[in-house]
Amino acid sequence: MSYEANLRVWRGDADGGELQDFTVTVNEGEVVLDILHRLQATQTPDLAVRWNCKAGKCGSCSAEVNGRPRLMCLTRMGTFEPDESITITPLRAFPVVRDLVTDVSYNYDKAREMPPFVPPERDADGNHRMQQIDVERSQEFRKCIECFLCQDVCHVVRDHEDNKPAFAGPRYLMRLAELDMHPLDGVDRRRLAQDHFGLGMCNITKCCSEVCPEGIKITDNALIPMKERVVDRKYVPPTWLGNAIRRRRQ
Amino acid sequence: MTALAPEGTGAPGRARLAARTLRSDRWWLQPLITVSVLVAFIVYSTVRAFENANYFAEPYISPFYSPCITTACEGNTFPELFDGPAFLTPALYILIVPLGFRLTCYYYRKAYYRAFWLSPPACAVAEPHAKYTGETRFPLLFQNLHRYFFYAGLVFNVILTYDALLAFRNAEGEWFHMGLGTLVLLTNAVLLWLYSLSCHSCRHIVGGRLVHFSRHPVRYKAWTFVSKLNPKHMQYAWISLVFVAFTDLYVRLLATGAIDDPRFF
Repeated sequence: MSYEANLRVWRGDADGGELQDFTVTVNEGEVVLDILHRLQATQTPDLAVRWNCKAGKCGSCSAEVNGRPRLMCLTRMGTFEPDESITITPLRAFPVVRDLVTDVSYNYDKAREMPPFVPPERDADGNHRMQQIDVERSQEFRKCIECFLCQDVCHVVRDHEDNKPAFAGPRYLMRLAELDMHPLDGVDRRRLAQDHFGLGMCNITKCCSEVCPEGIKITDNALIPMKERVVDRKYVPPTWLGNAIRRRRQ
Repeated sequence: MTALAPEGTGAPGRARLAARTLRSDRWWLQPLITVSVLVAFIVYSTVRAFENANYFAEPYISPFYSPCITTACEGNTFPELFDGPAFLTPALYILIVPLGFRLTCYYYRKAYYRAFWLSPPACAVAEPHAKYTGETRFPLLFQNLHRYFFYAGLVFNVILTYDALLAFRNAEGEWFHMGLGTLVLLTNAVLLWLYSLSCHSCRHIVGGRLVHFSRHPVRYKAWTFVSKLNPKHMQYAWISLVFVAFTDLYVRLLATGAIDDPRFF
């Protein structure tokens, strides 16, 4: 069954823009991205929207639908009432390029700052060996498709642009946790997580977990365990005292 | 609609939108419920902590006053360790432990940061603060002490479980009797254990800090068990909070004579 949906789409660029109203046909089973493609094809050929796989695996079509960060290819039109007005805006934590396309280079900058995986020497036969139960925790985080919805929704940078230099965001704090839990990684990333990547700024309000299209329990399985590891390294009283004395001597 | 927040979603270069949020659902409901329940609990527990009466009805003691450690205590459920000034009730010496445990709990932090501090009030709803430093400075740096409150909370759980065992007596102190109050104290102890064992710090301590689970099979099993409880930590937090207040209320009603304890055997 088809119906005419009311769409409000943000159009503009870094200098300004506004929500524009459109009426677009919706067919059964379609997703928001289908409707935007129909809008492009019938009314606004110059509408800028980034997309690729249409299957929730490339992480390209991130946007905010009715104020909530979502992948447009996974947002079914059937979840809205036919008479409901649907608002689509670009991600609001990043600079806009045009229409629904944002500049997400903040995330790539943070990715470049991550110290790489440092494995030990290979075994005599040229292989690395590890047990499945040792590595399976980290494997959950490998499901990340880098859609940056968690980075977008995190209020630490969304509501405070000035925190961007000091805070890596949930996606990259999760990367630190992934490596810190990895059985073959040889780097202690706990102090780095707190002092350089701003783990202490996370106040665990779990929005990153709420928006993750892969269902990764970012807060419970990565950020909080990483916070606990930082406590081991920095805030256990003997360790804290030792660090304080060392700092004083220096 | 509010003015653009220059530090946040209104920062230069971002899409110009005046709305604080475009969410059309009832995002304010969750923080409202959180504030209502927590304020009600804080008011009730504060009144009871200062009441200094009606916390013991043989053989039951209220969890707000257990362990009862001063000579001013009613009943005989715990060794009386010292005399305290009369203006300090027995509850005031001990409530710092459950209070500290819940205050630094990873779940409650989420709840009160959102509901009381509006940081943020809900996902993708702009917070009202111009500056944000998270848990990097005093006093929020002390949130990192959660595990120590967890350890102390375990001791309290043992004591409250002991209180529940003592409740298998009748008013004359004879064993192998049971009333509705026994069931209430027992349920309270079980819920507190579930809340404590599902704690994120517990999960880390029993095995989460390990890199090689394969070398520590017992701790891996313990971590797996806690990991099964952990996703329900929020539910245990709320249920145990409400039930501890209910347990106290039940003992108070018995102590004041408002109700009688139905005895099973």
